[in-house]
Amino acid sequence: MSYSNKVKEFYTSQLSDIQNAGIFKEERFIHSSQAADIEVEFPSGANLRKVINMCSNNYLGLSSHPDVLEAAHEGLEKRGYGMSSVRFICGTQDIHRELENKVTEFLGTEDTILFPSCMDANAGIFEAILTSEDIMISDRLVHASLIDGMRLCSAQHDTFKHSSMEHLEEKLLLHSDKRIKLVITDGVFSMDGDLAKLDEIVKLCEKYEALILVDDSHSSGFIGRTGRGTHEYFNVVGKIDIITTTFGKALGGASGGCVSGRKEIVQMCRQKARPYLFSNTISPVIVAGVLKVFDILSSSTERRDKLEKNAAWWRKGLTEAGFILKEGNSPIVPVMLFNAKLSQDFSRDLYDEGIYAIGFFFPVVPNGQARIRTQISAGHEIHHLEKALDAFIKIGEKYGILGLTKEEIIAKYGA
Amino acid sequence: MYISFQKHLATQLKEIEEAGLYKKERIIVSPQGAEIELDTGQKVLNFCANNYLGLSNNRQLIEAAKAALDDHGYGMSSVRFICGTSDLHKELESRIARFFHTEDTILYAACFDANGGVFEPLLTSEDAIISDALNHASIIDGVRLCKAQRYRYENADMEDLETQLQLAQEQRFRLIVTDGVFSMDGNIAPLDKIVELANRYNAMVLVDESHSAGVVGETGRGVTELYGLMGKVELITGTLGKAFGGAIGGFTTGKKEIIELLRQRSRPYLFSNSIPPLVAAAGIKMISMMTETNELQDRLHGNAEYFISRMTNLGFDIKPTKSAICAVMLYDAKLSQEFAAKLLDEGIYVIGFYYPVVPKGQARIRVQISAAHEKEHLYKAVNSFAKIGRELGVIK
Amino acid sequence: MEDIKEMVRKYVISEYLDEGENITYDSPLISSGYVDSFSMVSLLVFLENKFKIKIPPSKATPEAFDSVNKIVELVNQYINK
Ligand SMILES: Cc1ncc(COP(=O)(O)O)c(C=O)c1O
Ligand SMILES: Cc1ncc(COP(=O)(O)O)c(C=O)c1O
Repeated sequence: MSYSNKVKEFYTSQLSDIQNAGIFKEERFIHSSQAADIEVEFPSGANLRKVINMCSNNYLGLSSHPDVLEAAHEGLEKRGYGMSSVRFICGTQDIHRELENKVTEFLGTEDTILFPSCMDANAGIFEAILTSEDIMISDRLVHASLIDGMRLCSAQHDTFKHSSMEHLEEKLLLHSDKRIKLVITDGVFSMDGDLAKLDEIVKLCEKYEALILVDDSHSSGFIGRTGRGTHEYFNVVGKIDIITTTFGKALGGASGGCVSGRKEIVQMCRQKARPYLFSNTISPVIVAGVLKVFDILSSSTERRDKLEKNAAWWRKGLTEAGFILKEGNSPIVPVMLFNAKLSQDFSRDLYDEGIYAIGFFFPVVPNGQARIRTQISAGHEIHHLEKALDAFIKIGEKYGILGLTKEEIIAKYGA
Repeated sequence: MYISFQKHLATQLKEIEEAGLYKKERIIVSPQGAEIELDTGQKVLNFCANNYLGLSNNRQLIEAAKAALDDHGYGMSSVRFICGTSDLHKELESRIARFFHTEDTILYAACFDANGGVFEPLLTSEDAIISDALNHASIIDGVRLCKAQRYRYENADMEDLETQLQLAQEQRFRLIVTDGVFSMDGNIAPLDKIVELANRYNAMVLVDESHSAGVVGETGRGVTELYGLMGKVELITGTLGKAFGGAIGGFTTGKKEIIELLRQRSRPYLFSNSIPPLVAAAGIKMISMMTETNELQDRLHGNAEYFISRMTNLGFDIKPTKSAICAVMLYDAKLSQEFAAKLLDEGIYVIGFYYPVVPKGQARIRVQISAAHEKEHLYKAVNSFAKIGRELGVIK
Repeated sequence: MEDIKEMVRKYVISEYLDEGENITYDSPLISSGYVDSFSMVSLLVFLENKFKIKIPPSKATPEAFDSVNKIVELVNQYINK
């Protein structure tokens, strides 16, 4: 009630700081389904434009797959729209349990618990199972939602340098006196597209008697020979104590997430995880769609195979054209530009060419590491990728960066 | 390694079970509604859903969701600011703002996330949050993630709130936070007095309308409507997961600059997937329905009045309520469990709550009334309550 | 004095920087992104153990940790107590 001018000015000045720093996030309105070709209104009020989407998490092209849509239609008819309840009061349908079992089977774990999102899964998991006698040791580049979960947990925490096994080992030694040690990593890191060294992490955890949590949000459905995730890729299925993942990316993209892993851990979450106990159950229509997604994935690896091919084609094309990419083995392909402003200009010029890809810069990525992050999908056909590559080359030529080294780009545009 | 941890967890799980606190889930095989079917084949009347307006299985919402599936697909697979904003998201945001007479709205995956992400971007260690002791868990978690100084006042206790506001005068900005309707008692926050104190002590106000939006106030606009304060509080949070359709989704609505700053800084908004277009479409439909008629509110209010007056006449001890939550007080934990179990045998599905969900010695059955309940559902529930109440010696 | 400074600098380099990176006593640590506020915890634990001090959470702010010089300033307040 007392929204004084002082308060209003305070928030207004924060907003202008963000604007002046050039990091104001502006949303573009999509009028079509999520797919390789989308129709976008940008800026607000502009005519719709058809562009090729190179920045969604729709890795498998399932976000508007006809079979998934049909399953969702059917879910609406048979199970209704919403449940209006948390799980343990009257928010559990048979299909919620069915989905939990499907995920368990797909990931090769013991049990699974659904959350409204992976953000909520990560927010709830730590506090449900750890106390101040325990320690969480996390990779420095883990996702924000894991960080928030750890902030809500009274266990001690420490971090190790991104994917540095020596540093992790140091930390495991340093904290060997703690009751429970939990090592925390993303499976695929979302900004760089690199994979955690899960095989080595598993070895270290065995040696130092630590548990492992992997957030496979950017891997479930397509990393590994049959798309089970990074644990399949590194041949450590069954050795990861806790996997968290989302249905909001490759697995249909609607919403929902889960914790999957050791039976007792999942049971503890059902009794104690706050976002599970105090937030609405996911709606039947979403559950019905994700169930169909798992059917599609279990019956064939065609989509993940196509995604792998597309990603390889795209990496090769960009590399040959003379761009600097972050090394990796995932469909996340960051095109390094180093300079923040260059990344913004590049993204805008791409949009003018009908290619939708976003520039990322500090503080989302480290200073001097600005980039365009491209994300490849099984929904892309070669003609989409060819058109996108042509546009990248055209803009790359415009800025004269093709074939330059990192140092040369920085010399030209600044870090 | 896991073996020793496994033992540790197994012990804890056993303790939870022995304390009688183990949460078991009943499995429903039908859509949500006044009448539901359990996996045991039993058909029961549901009196424990947040389906206050009976919209969870509403035909018009389902049709709107289906239309959106066809023209906007199933999922967005992106956070809002990358490529996860559809025209439907924008439209729902502005419709919600119009509905509550606020300036702008931001959507979240759930109200849990709205509350989790509202404090940290707005307040720093120089500021103060003054929070009702019975506020929802998600508010508590949001406050835990924020560096502001914390003050707590006893539930709806205006003297205590005033004391805390006096203590908080040292801080730069002050924000009073309250649930609109408290979910365990069904009581309504005295928003008129809160706003008066906020004015006197120069504080802002946030109301969580999760259990009141759609329910309280003549046209269902929540406690701000009830007290004639629409558009007068700085921030409202709410859910699409209860009266408003029950699927998923939450929102924060209020002052323009604040909402704009949340879009730039609120972590659950920046780092979690956008809600699916079908939920946005059904939300838009829901707001249109509410704007056209008060029929659902009228039914709900009529149902709640009827139920509460019959129960009171029978001699049950009911917490004073102006919401659709009716706490039937039994005080004893064991009795509350037995009562609920016997009601289920009668075909009435309710839950008994006891410590630590409610204070010690305050065990109760929480009944939630819906516009979807027909008169005969209410008769049957009242009669079953009367029968079991007499059987267990709760009433004469 | 110089000892403490150098000790802290060396720790920051080994704990937070990638190979080949270097910092001076005045280099910004947090605002530059070398140390994120979450990883700051290990620095805090290092200081407390090394110098046998207790820094209250309210003082361990990102601002107070933003350079080696600032950290040493903070440490000195508690060593001298
Ligand atoms: C007061 C209050 N706020 C927030 C929530 C959480 O809402 P959602 O289910 O959208 O996360 C609830 C629901 O349990 C609630 O009762
Ligand atoms: C690694 C990681 N974890 C968790 C999440 C959050 O998932 P959700 O969108 O289901 O909240 C994301 C998505 O941004 C992510 O990248």
